[in-house]
Amino acid sequence: MRRNECIAMLLAGGEGRRLGVLTKDLAKPAVHFGGKYRIIDFTLSNCVHSGIETVGVLTQYQPLVLNQYLGIGSSWGLDRRDGGMHVLPPFVRSKGGTWYKGTANAIYQNIGFIERYDPEYVLIISGDHIYKMDYGLMLEAHKRNRADATIAVITVPWADASRFGILSVDGDGRITEFAEKPKKPASNLASMGVYIFTWPVLREALIKDEAEKTSSNDFGKDIIPTMLREQARLFTYRFGGYWKDVGTVESLWEANMDLLADEPDLQLDDRSWRIFSVNPNRPAQYVAPHAKVCSSLINEGCLVAGHVNRSVLFHGVTVGEGSLVEDSVVMPGATIGAGARVIRAIVGENAVVGDGCKVGSVDSVEIAVVGSGENLRDETKLQEVEPV
Amino acid sequence: MNLPMLGVINLIHEADEMGGLTANRCLATVPFGGRYRLIDFTLSSMVNSGIPKVAVFAHTKFRSLMDHIGSGKHWDLHRKGNGLFVLPPSMEDQTDFGKGDLYHFYRHRDYFARSSPFEYVVVARSHMVSNVDFAKVLEDHRQRGSDITVVCHRGLEGVTGLARKAKVNDAGRITEMQDHYGRLASDIVSMEMYVLSKELLLDLVESSLARGQDHFVRHAVMSNLDRLNVGAYLHEGWLGIVNNIPAYYRHSMELLKPDIWHELFFRNGPVYTKVKDEPPTRYRSSADVTHSLIANGCDIEGTVEGSILFRGVKVGKGAVVRNSIVMQNGVVGENGSLENCILDKEVEIRPLQQLRGASDLPFLAVKRKVI
Repeated sequence: MRRNECIAMLLAGGEGRRLGVLTKDLAKPAVHFGGKYRIIDFTLSNCVHSGIETVGVLTQYQPLVLNQYLGIGSSWGLDRRDGGMHVLPPFVRSKGGTWYKGTANAIYQNIGFIERYDPEYVLIISGDHIYKMDYGLMLEAHKRNRADATIAVITVPWADASRFGILSVDGDGRITEFAEKPKKPASNLASMGVYIFTWPVLREALIKDEAEKTSSNDFGKDIIPTMLREQARLFTYRFGGYWKDVGTVESLWEANMDLLADEPDLQLDDRSWRIFSVNPNRPAQYVAPHAKVCSSLINEGCLVAGHVNRSVLFHGVTVGEGSLVEDSVVMPGATIGAGARVIRAIVGENAVVGDGCKVGSVDSVEIAVVGSGENLRDETKLQEVEPV
Repeated sequence: MNLPMLGVINLIHEADEMGGLTANRCLATVPFGGRYRLIDFTLSSMVNSGIPKVAVFAHTKFRSLMDHIGSGKHWDLHRKGNGLFVLPPSMEDQTDFGKGDLYHFYRHRDYFARSSPFEYVVVARSHMVSNVDFAKVLEDHRQRGSDITVVCHRGLEGVTGLARKAKVNDAGRITEMQDHYGRLASDIVSMEMYVLSKELLLDLVESSLARGQDHFVRHAVMSNLDRLNVGAYLHEGWLGIVNNIPAYYRHSMELLKPDIWHELFFRNGPVYTKVKDEPPTRYRSSADVTHSLIANGCDIEGTVEGSILFRGVKVGKGAVVRNSIVMQNGVVGENGSLENCILDKEVEIRPLQQLRGASDLPFLAVKRKVI
């Protein structure tokens, strides 16, 4: 087998509890985003464009939809003879087996998989984030620094810094301190959850960590702090582009709305860095004679007869006559009946908003959510706040 | 379940009066319906009907065909044993090009011989845009014990393209068939889809050629109407016969009727095509789009009305696109205006430019033209 310089391990077992009814039967990486994608499409496409063509996808929570979606990786060009994409759920060994106890434990349990490829470096990423990044450049920096580990960081506003893993660095970008969600952040460089490790170093660290009974087997909480304590060569890699964790209903809504800006920070139409996804095989979208569509992103297979403003419509969405969809995200296959009003809302996959229903409100701070497959009968009002 | 039937999409000497649209491509790969090529419809019908093995008999200008269908994986025809076979003409010298399609059937006879579990063959064309269930056609063929079953369409008002007419008796048997310029009085047209047993096909190929005849439909079918039991299967549903520009324009615009959009794209299963990974279409704040079919990857700042935009089309600020078809990656510059136009792929309309065709004779701009 051809030796791989760097392979990727993609953590896709996240439950996404804070997304509520949107992740009821779904792992977080499988959550829909941007009118046609699922969150995991971004990291998988990044790998392919960065020249990393061996990707282990670690699944655990609600894997059915995700497994079916990933298939053998052909949608991302990852159906390769050697390498390609592998789905790696926890498995049973002769002495029993366990769930993935933490992010580090998930990699520990797959040391055997990684060794089959005998890589020099391992890229650890998570399927929970939206960003476009060339991991190849990060790998070059890692090699230049002769680092044991490199952590990708972004600069966040000081006010938000206490929500992230915060890194302090010296003049060369070498990490001097790491604090997970610190109350008083010493820096505003936040970890993106993207790591490159020199494999033999990581291997040793994983084995040591596993032997530690009190460890939570997590990269941020255990592996990185221990390596730092032992004075390993840990460096940051600064990333300047768009990066977003869409862990909550609000942030998922917001990230979708970000795409509607005139010059969005995350460009989906960059032909040199296309985001690949599984094609739903739908015809071109149909916009009816009395429809009105502006400031929106609309995917194939939609039938729009109403008014759509500042919204994202996934494939196969129907918007009935006389309806208004504003500042909203409508997931695949959902139906908005005639004369309905959907404002500041997320409508889940295959949900039905009956004729004349009212969902959400201009005055509401909270984003209204219609769960996947939910059926709102005619004239229902959901989270509607009457204007004062 | 798989049908015991092979598919053949015969591109040899397809009736083609598409002018500039087929200057550099075969009829089968003319873009249609916002994101498809003509061949996608026949190919998808075959796949959705359960035909697991399809041969495309390529003939001329097939670079775009090879590029489009590739390994066949987008139609789920990338299979072990079965799947898609593109068979380019096998010729000894240039004069073979002019020979009829039966000559090429004969040269490709190994394809049929190697497909032993398949008892039947359907020979079809690429320019009949419809959604046909071939399982029903085969069932009708077997039930009636026909030698050949021809899929037909009743009604001439929907026909603008070139099509053969057929006369059908009360028993549903075809008694007469004529090429498109014939004077046969009948409101039934052939959809150029012929179901017959593999054995009969090979027999017809060999005996016709041996008699010095080399056209499948004209010789093997039409000259044998008195000898063979040739049945007509009437396809209920929308049909677009797309082999000249007026028909191309008319049938494209018919897709703007929601019931036709629904029937063609959803009734017997989806229509598959090559995946392009374009993002969803972006409607800007100044966009004004009505009564149109829009594919992915478009960026619309202007007005679009009664039109079809293929993937990746840009309509600039103040631009107006009316009753027009703009193919992949077309650009309509700021304040440009189009009415009754067909723009082939990658045509650029400069800012302020105005183009207008007649409603029954659209203006056609060839691929990559800058106007």
